[in-house]
Amino acid sequence: MARVMTRIALAAVLSAIASAATAQTLNTIKTRGVLNCGANGTLAGFGAPDAQGRWTGLDVDFCRAIAAAIFNDANKVKFVPLSSKDRFTALQTGEVDVLVRNTTWTSSRDTTLGLNFTGVNFYDHQAFMVRKALQVKSALELNDAAICVQQGTTTELNLADYFRARKMKLKTVTFASADEAIKAYDSKRCDGYTTDASGIRSEMRKLVNPDEHVILDDVVSKEPLGPAVRQGDDQWFDIVKWVHFAMLTAEEFGVTKANVDEQLKSDIPDLKRLLGSEGKHGEALGLTNDWAYRIIKQVGNYGEVFERNVGQGSPLKLPRGYNALWSKGGLQYAPPIR
Amino acid sequence: MDAADSTKPKVSPLYDPKVRGIAYQVALCALIGVLVYGAISNAIENLTRAKIASGFGFWTTTAGFDINQTLIEYSNISTYGRAFWVGLLNTLLVAALGIVFATILGFAIGIARLSRNWLLARMAGVYVEVIRNIPLLLQLLFWYNAVLKALPEQLQESFIIPGGGFLNRRGLFLPQPVFGNGSGIAFVALILGIVAAIIFRIRIKRRHEQTGVRAPVFAIVLALVVVPPLVALALAGFPIDFIYPYPGRFNIQGGIEILPEFMALLFGLVIYTAAFIAEVVRAGLFAVSRGQTEAAYSLGLPTGPTLRLVVIPQAMRVIIPPLTSQYLNLTKNSSLAVAIGYPDLVQIFTGTVLNQTGQAVEVVTLTMAVYLTISLVTSLLMNLYDRRVALVER
Ligand SMILES: N[C@@H](CCC(=O)N[C@@H](CS)C(=O)NCC(=O)O)C(=O)O
Repeated sequence: MARVMTRIALAAVLSAIASAATAQTLNTIKTRGVLNCGANGTLAGFGAPDAQGRWTGLDVDFCRAIAAAIFNDANKVKFVPLSSKDRFTALQTGEVDVLVRNTTWTSSRDTTLGLNFTGVNFYDHQAFMVRKALQVKSALELNDAAICVQQGTTTELNLADYFRARKMKLKTVTFASADEAIKAYDSKRCDGYTTDASGIRSEMRKLVNPDEHVILDDVVSKEPLGPAVRQGDDQWFDIVKWVHFAMLTAEEFGVTKANVDEQLKSDIPDLKRLLGSEGKHGEALGLTNDWAYRIIKQVGNYGEVFERNVGQGSPLKLPRGYNALWSKGGLQYAPPIR
Repeated sequence: MDAADSTKPKVSPLYDPKVRGIAYQVALCALIGVLVYGAISNAIENLTRAKIASGFGFWTTTAGFDINQTLIEYSNISTYGRAFWVGLLNTLLVAALGIVFATILGFAIGIARLSRNWLLARMAGVYVEVIRNIPLLLQLLFWYNAVLKALPEQLQESFIIPGGGFLNRRGLFLPQPVFGNGSGIAFVALILGIVAAIIFRIRIKRRHEQTGVRAPVFAIVLALVVVPPLVALALAGFPIDFIYPYPGRFNIQGGIEILPEFMALLFGLVIYTAAFIAEVVRAGLFAVSRGQTEAAYSLGLPTGPTLRLVVIPQAMRVIIPPLTSQYLNLTKNSSLAVAIGYPDLVQIFTGTVLNQTGQAVEVVTLTMAVYLTISLVTSLLMNLYDRRVALVER
């Protein structure tokens, strides 16, 4: 009942706040003095407090980058942990300014939910995990299996589609949070567990014996994960979108947290525009012209953030894959700053 | 009345308390109407401005997700509206069974608490104190894990239920009866039997009141209900088949499947609510004056009949109102199902459907209306029963 009550409260707020959903997000944030960022609270690598209680993750760092661009202080972020099913209501009601929570960009979320996705900060796909002892080689052998899944996700729908398309039967066991779902899987309530491949890699580490499990190669779906904002405020939409592009551009031109001050002296026009010594690109966004400099100086470029949180510098050790720059065979591509 | 009216001085309707009362009520209703209208149109306007879909158009849209316990036909190509009914029925199922079992257990424990057997009374007391003081959510999680841990994890190690059933970590699997041609007659026979049993009971009761002659009511009623359908079935050549569950590659296949989530939820709700009902029952029994029991004993009635015929009927009048609120609590508490993965209304509708459609206002309003309706209907039924019990008082 408690959960229902929060829903009711949210719904009430939803019908009451009119202006939060419209323009002026940037001004509201500036007056408030802090960015409210909707994040995942339990997904190591994307969004979760670490052992010292400091929020870390790819998505978390993205919010820090926005804060750096606005306040010149990457720490002016309040992270609001959101479950899969509550995240959109939180964004719609204005509880958070931006949702960066391994959220898949889909057409209905982009339209009927009243949201706008600003881009893709992680290209992912859905996958299955099973116990090695089952000796399953492919998801196609999972006919009649019981699968644990988290509700309020694209995962839940893809799972149903995948089995329906292949005329296979399944028993879905649906949980409200990932922790409950993974725990039920671990206690053998289900034969398999499914979610975004990156998510599985992260959740796997919560299992009693991670070595006894295997991620199947089958690609269940495309899961482009990205930040989302409310519709109706183009300026704010642009800011969030270009924060990502700035981080990509920095990686493309080799600008890192460590060398950004040195690069300020560079004569390359692209770099001058990125770092704000030429043109008024930051002001055009409603920020200062050194907006990208602040991001890189305080948070780093996309590659650095990737490696530190989910890549080789992290326990997840995910390969860059599709998330490599376009120039390195990946899909991450930023339009030019000019 | 008339005389009083004629002596009453004529007052302007403006000062007539009756007229005023009505006027106030009309004004209040109008005000509430305006507020509700304002709230609704404001909500719609805001939703439109935020470009969030509104209205119940989603009701007929394909849901696209699976539900693992469906009392009515449902698949992932069914609509959101259908998913709503599935969730509602699942809620009603666990609430109804929960109420029945919690009542039985609660009465037993409430009576045990007043037992002259010291150990029994103490154990009942400890039960009530322990269970009442632990949050229900924790208990549910405990039972869920206990259920999962206690049951065999391997298919091959499943407990075999006599008659062709299995019990393991995936649930309880029972043979599913399939009624073939001719079983319709058995059904008709069953209904006729029940009607006959009711008529018989009424007549026997009347005879008992008039002449004091007793009859073995229970045995005859049972016979009336059971024998005709059996005879009908025998005549039709037993046209009932069973689909027996059997072990498959991953799970037990076929038959009726009862989810461990359901068992844990039902168990947790029953154990928890029974503790409260026990207290309600104890208070009710206390409220019946000691003299009643003593009078019954001095007439030579043994303990059992004293309780059943003298004390409990009188205690019922005290018990029913608080019992009703325990029933309502149980129903509302069933929404904690969401924590252990049982697909009740809240899990399916305010969980998945709300999230997939994003239509918080509609979904939450409807869910509230449903719980309100269930509560009002339960209260209504209990009030009717209360009135019947109250009439017994002479
Ligand atoms: N990308 C999918 C799934 C996102 C999702 O919620 N994933 C789960 C499993 S990795 C998660 O983050 N759970 C963490 C939690 O709820 O605590 C979506 O946007 O619907």
